Amino acid sequence: MSERNFRVWRGDADGGDFAEFDVEVNEGEVILDVVHRIQAEQAPDLAVRWNCKAGKCGSCSAEVNGMPRLMCMTRMNLFAEDETVTITPLRTFPVVRDLVTDVSFNYEKARQMPAFAPPEDLKPGEYRMQQVDVERSQEFRKCIECFLCQNTCHVVRDHEENKPPFAGPRLFIRAAELDMHPLDARSDRREQAQDDQGLGYCNITKCCTEVCPEHIKITDNAIIPMKERVAGDRYDPLVWLGRKIFRRAD
Amino acid sequence: MSDNDINEVEHLACDVLVIGAGGAGLRAAVEARLAGKSVIVISKSLFGKAHTVMAEGGAAAAMGNVNANDNWQVHFRDTMRGGKFLNNYRMAELHAQEAPDRIWELETYGALFDRTADGKISQRNFGGHEYPRLAHVGDRTGLELIRTLQQKLVSLQQDDEAAGEAEDKLQVIDETTITELFTGGGAVKGAFGYRRGTGRFIAIAAPAVVLATGGIGRSFKVTSNSWEYTGDGHALALRAGAKLINMEFIQFHPTGMVWPPSVRGILVTESVRGDGGVLKNSEGRRFMFDYIPEVFKAQYADNPEEADRWYTDPDRNRRPPELLPRDEVARAINSEVKAGRGTEHGGVYLDIASRRDPETIRKKLPSMYHQFKELADVDITAEPMEVGPTCHYIMGGIEVDADTTASAVTGLFAAGEVSGGMHGSNRLGGNSLSDLLVFGKRAGEYAAAHASASESPKLTEAEIAAAAEEALRPFGNDGENPFALQNAMQAVNGRLVGIIRRAGELEEALTELAMLKERIANVSASGGRAYNPGWHLALDLRNMYVCSVATAMAALERDESRGGHTREDAPGMDPQWRKVNLVASLDRAADGTEAVRLERQPVPAMTPELLGLFEQTELSKYMTPEEYRSSTTGPSSEES
Repeated sequence: MSERNFRVWRGDADGGDFAEFDVEVNEGEVILDVVHRIQAEQAPDLAVRWNCKAGKCGSCSAEVNGMPRLMCMTRMNLFAEDETVTITPLRTFPVVRDLVTDVSFNYEKARQMPAFAPPEDLKPGEYRMQQVDVERSQEFRKCIECFLCQNTCHVVRDHEENKPPFAGPRLFIRAAELDMHPLDARSDRREQAQDDQGLGYCNITKCCTEVCPEHIKITDNAIIPMKERVAGDRYDPLVWLGRKIFRRAD
Repeated sequence: MSDNDINEVEHLACDVLVIGAGGAGLRAAVEARLAGKSVIVISKSLFGKAHTVMAEGGAAAAMGNVNANDNWQVHFRDTMRGGKFLNNYRMAELHAQEAPDRIWELETYGALFDRTADGKISQRNFGGHEYPRLAHVGDRTGLELIRTLQQKLVSLQQDDEAAGEAEDKLQVIDETTITELFTGGGAVKGAFGYRRGTGRFIAIAAPAVVLATGGIGRSFKVTSNSWEYTGDGHALALRAGAKLINMEFIQFHPTGMVWPPSVRGILVTESVRGDGGVLKNSEGRRFMFDYIPEVFKAQYADNPEEADRWYTDPDRNRRPPELLPRDEVARAINSEVKAGRGTEHGGVYLDIASRRDPETIRKKLPSMYHQFKELADVDITAEPMEVGPTCHYIMGGIEVDADTTASAVTGLFAAGEVSGGMHGSNRLGGNSLSDLLVFGKRAGEYAAAHASASESPKLTEAEIAAAAEEALRPFGNDGENPFALQNAMQAVNGRLVGIIRRAGELEEALTELAMLKERIANVSASGGRAYNPGWHLALDLRNMYVCSVATAMAALERDESRGGHTREDAPGMDPQWRKVNLVASLDRAADGTEAVRLERQPVPAMTPELLGLFEQTELSKYMTPEEYRSSTTGPSSEES
């Protein structure tokens, strides 16, 4: 047990500032424990979003010393004993209050994402898929919607103007998931990602993959294959024709 | 939003109001919208974060994909055994019959379950289930379920948009808490609450309301539940005039993390045991063989050799006792620790490292691997985990009609954890995800039908003003900090109403809770209304309080031990008690003070057809002779 120093951003859409807290920290604790202790003992109205406290729900996203992280999975032993730890809200989204941001951008983008299209010729209970085939999509369905990838993506991080045309990594893996779904009846997922989701804005800096707490290989396994296929389809007439014929034969 | 309209109440109306956005609430909303009704879903957290996300192991449904001997009758039997025959048999029957369809339906919404070699949905073993029965996605099945339903809702919104329907036909209002239900003439007519972000009040008129608010786990310190689970739906239903049954039955999941202290209570999935993990005490003994109760001796192996053979040859060997129902395993762990054979941090060892190769473990239990690695510096492929019981689920809840999920209040329906009866005195793992799909759908269907047959209700200014005044009360109080009061209540429940109970301690709990009542009434909130967790907790406390009282009263009344209710001073099951449900309701005095009233009510008697699914010798372990002899003609020869 030791007492450590924290700077927590407090404020709302109209502005704010850092508040300093000296807090007791015990062995094995994470940042969220510290925030809860501040709340319970010093500032009961300190706004923070959290749920499962086990890295499964993706609610407690924030920036710790400038790094996008889940507060519940950030162990205090990452930091030196005498280090002041700074906790700020996600930078890409508007602040609601203190550490809570308005993440509705992500839900609006999800609303625009064409849903899974069930195969017309199969009734419930008749779906047959091989494990090896579902696994590619399952990787993306591990996403806990913490929106750290959206937050860190430089296309929108400091570029409000890019938000309307750009859906972001979270939705790119959704597109890839449906594209790779063995039974999805739509065949235009990649084109849709390119034309409607703004896939072209991504220049593969892999920041999203780095911050993903689920270790989803967003760039390598979703974005790059989607980009390659879009490029292949569009600019190589043989590939384009081949895919058309192949798909018809399916 | 500007400051000057913070006091203006936002007025909305819909046909079906769904309170709760976990699996049950979302499934109800899908069904009600498909029935053509306008639907509002209230989510206490962000959309897609409800506790369903934490369900790891899977959803139980007798699809028979892995073992063709499975069918709904076997699932029904397992469910009744798990609940020690206190279950509402009709709910258990509907659940076992309809679960497969509800799972298959999810595939048409886009769910991607793990597969068998022939491409069907894979099914895994779990405690109390005779055959591999749990549809799963690694150890993150709940996430798959909630994301699938979330995406289905979005697709229905897209369909509405494409069809030119108004946007308010299906709305999800997130980060919003309901504090009151409005009733009139014995019927529900809407709800009142606040939006967390702004603190602004919202009043929704609706002729049909589905409660799907989950459980009460936050009333305990060591719990797998998040801040949301404060018994809101239980308390709203009580205040509206509905009844709660079986509130004494609380499931302590046998395996929660015990170290480090900050993660104490976080769930360790039962799949660890389903996939081969065993429990050991500090002496290295695989102790579960010492704790097989009489009623389960026929189904569980009494030696390690047979138990280990079962994983590859389940037809000719009995199951390992690590897969006994959760109440049995939790009590066994508790006894080992109490006998001084616990680990350094007060748990027991859960060992899969010495039983399965690292690659298999990482593949089958990826999120457990990460959870232990990142939160406890433990590599579960190389060393055992330390685990102990954690408050996980309440079997008790709103008394509902099995077929329609209707409560005693007209227009008020309930589904999922907040409802009672389905699981009897103990829930089997995997039966929760299937429960919330089966009864979520039914709740949506019958709520929609009720709305079709009802007038649009009107809310009065007076009742809205009264609800607003009540919600703002903590700001005017000069009492204690809500976090301190929550700690005090958790301490009482954990110490006196926990996994092992005694009459004297339960009386003490009721006395201590009574002393907390006044302090909670005077709880104070500081700061403003916008996203103020202290204020939110201050309002949740009264719900936690009334649920805690109902639980302690019922636990004191039931002087026997059954499922999730263990009385050290009344060990063993009593067949007379099996026939009794304890029913809690709320008496309101003229001065507005509320008191929980407890009554006895008969458990519905199983039909002869369902009784016939069991051997008389088994029934005789639970029932009085009159009960099972009167309805069957002789010992059933049915057995697969």
